[in-house]
Amino acid sequence: MTGKPSMEVELAGVVLKNPVMTASGTFGSGMEYGEFFDLSLLGAVVTKGVADVPWPGNPVPRVAETASGMLNAIGLQNPGIDVFIDRDLPFLAGYDTKVIVNVCGHSEEEYLRVVERLADTDADMLEINISCPNVREGGIAFGTDPAAVEKITKAVKRAARQPVIMKLSPNVTDIKVMARAAESGGADAVSLINTLTGMKIDIEKRCFALANRTGGLSGPAIKPVALRMVYEASHAVKIPVIGMGGIASGEDAVEFLMAGARAVSVGTASFRDPLAAPRAAQGIEDYLIRHGLTDVKDIIGCV
Amino acid sequence: MRKERAGVVFQEQIADHIYSLSLKAGFAKEVKPGQFVLLYSSDRSRLLPRPISICQVSRETGTIRLVYRIAGEGTREFSGLRPGDGIDILGPVGNGFPIADFKDKKVLLVGGGIGIPPLLGAAYELEHPVFAAGYRSETYLLDDLSARGRVLVATEDGSLGVRGNVLDAIRQEYQKPSELPDAFFACGPLPMLRALAEFAGEQGLPCYVSLEERMACGIGACLGCITKTAGVDGHSKVHNARICTDGPVFRAEEVDWS
Ligand SMILES: Cc1cc2nc3c(=O)[nH]c(=O)nc-3n(C[C@H](O)[C@H](O)[C@H](O)COP(=O)(O)OP(=O)(O)OC[C@H]3O[C@@H](n4cnc5c(N)ncnc54)[C@H](O)[C@@H]3O)c2cc1C
Ligand SMILES: Cc1cc2nc3c(=O)[nH]c(=O)nc-3n(C[C@H](O)[C@H](O)[C@H](O)COP(=O)(O)O)c2cc1C
Ligand code: FES
Repeated sequence: MTGKPSMEVELAGVVLKNPVMTASGTFGSGMEYGEFFDLSLLGAVVTKGVADVPWPGNPVPRVAETASGMLNAIGLQNPGIDVFIDRDLPFLAGYDTKVIVNVCGHSEEEYLRVVERLADTDADMLEINISCPNVREGGIAFGTDPAAVEKITKAVKRAARQPVIMKLSPNVTDIKVMARAAESGGADAVSLINTLTGMKIDIEKRCFALANRTGGLSGPAIKPVALRMVYEASHAVKIPVIGMGGIASGEDAVEFLMAGARAVSVGTASFRDPLAAPRAAQGIEDYLIRHGLTDVKDIIGCV
Repeated sequence: MRKERAGVVFQEQIADHIYSLSLKAGFAKEVKPGQFVLLYSSDRSRLLPRPISICQVSRETGTIRLVYRIAGEGTREFSGLRPGDGIDILGPVGNGFPIADFKDKKVLLVGGGIGIPPLLGAAYELEHPVFAAGYRSETYLLDDLSARGRVLVATEDGSLGVRGNVLDAIRQEYQKPSELPDAFFACGPLPMLRALAEFAGEQGLPCYVSLEERMACGIGACLGCITKTAGVDGHSKVHNARICTDGPVFRAEEVDWS
């Protein structure tokens, strides 16, 4: 065999140089991790959720460690779309990677305001977070009812200039129904899973470990659940599925690709190893070489 | 900030549950007092880094000294490290104390509980350090502190120094305003920091506090470790600063103590 295998994948007309991106909220807008590696090594950077105005987020403690995972209840703290467009997008424009902007809101109007502001920026894609378990209104309220998923997807699609990824919640009875709802609303892709709602109690202090009481579980602990849902979703819809949940290595990423994901996101793993995302990309390539494969597309959905 | 495999040079227990660990760190030359490191467990089920303050640094030998208390499984694991072992660390993290502005001033370094270690490193860069150290009962690091400056000691049970907390010791020592220090650098439990900030405010003296919070990334990306601030923060444009990278040291007036 000669040369390197092809790592390119395509999502709704957007070509990524490799299938690895960052999971929203675990990577900021890349500035901090940019101190550790060249962001151009990534297929895409997915930014922290951004709203129409700054959001202060939840009280602390916001994070807690659990066995092979963590709970977070950040509450979508973000500087708002104006600062994001002035500061974060120009920073990311300096790298040869795609930029996917994660959007949050409390209401349809708030989502649309952000989507409209992004229309004349060079963001490559939008990811609509309808699955955050840590804010009371909006977020997950949109993500757990199929009619609401379809409605918000339609509204966003009408307003958006870029391709739209709907980010699905795992806190539902049947992920296939939600994926189909996003597809019939016109979504260009779906991404999953967001965090699973969980809880931790400090038995010495007799109180919740998180000020918000509940938080979203992420990390290796959720990987088998995430993988099952990615498999189900990718067999329920024709649009591409972006898989995430506990990916910490190239091998983990290969599992998600084989389950049917067209691309994958590395989230919590970056907290343990700032280089986790580029290492996962390298790990996929190593796997392909080891197995004499020439194209990453050959393993997508192969099981 | 760099992540690397650090070698253990030396470790000893210095008090009940308290350990002193010396590590060879490639970034030792860059360390400023008041900065901290992230230590990663070798057990992958313990995902998140443990933030520990840098107590002292030797730029010549490229070593850093950490002094920590066993608080749970992660720190228990670290207490088993022996010379020759390796551990993944990331550092140096955070801003550190504003040494340059106070180098030749009289700074009172106020520490409570496991907040004392970073003050030792600060004392080595100041010309006139004085310590106020608060302990529950058993003291630790006292010889190291005394070698660098005078130490006001407070113990809760009165076994050494003033009976009570470190603020009691400070009030007793500085009865005349003319004797007061020029500034305070502090690290310790939140109630202690709050009381000191109030005291310094009454005296119109600058006070810098080192804060703690649960961390996930430890490098400023996740917004897990915020403190409420009086003013709008530079990063998120709300009233939250990141303790890991905007801090851990804040001027007392910057913090929303409510
Ligand atoms: C900037 C900073 C500097 C610190 N410096 C020191 C020091 O010099 N010496 C020292 O003994 N301790 C220090 N601490 C506290 C130290 O980080 C915790 O005691 C340690 O993380 C406990 O880990 P564990 O696995 O033993 O406990 P566990 O309770 O098992 O830890 C579970 C999780 O909670 C986190 N956690 C638990 N307690 C704390 C805490 N007090 N602060 C932040 N996170 C916590 C852990 O990091 C871990 O993610 C510092 C904390 C911060 C934020
Ligand atoms: C600290 C933290 C913050 C997050 N913030 C967001 C967010 O702003 N928007 C979003 O869609 N998902 C957010 N997520 C969810 C992740 O993007 C991802 O879906 C989830 O963590 C599962 O992947 P992982 O196990 O690799 O972390 C966040 C997760 C964590 C741990
Ligand atoms: S721990 Fe992630 S921002 Fe401070």
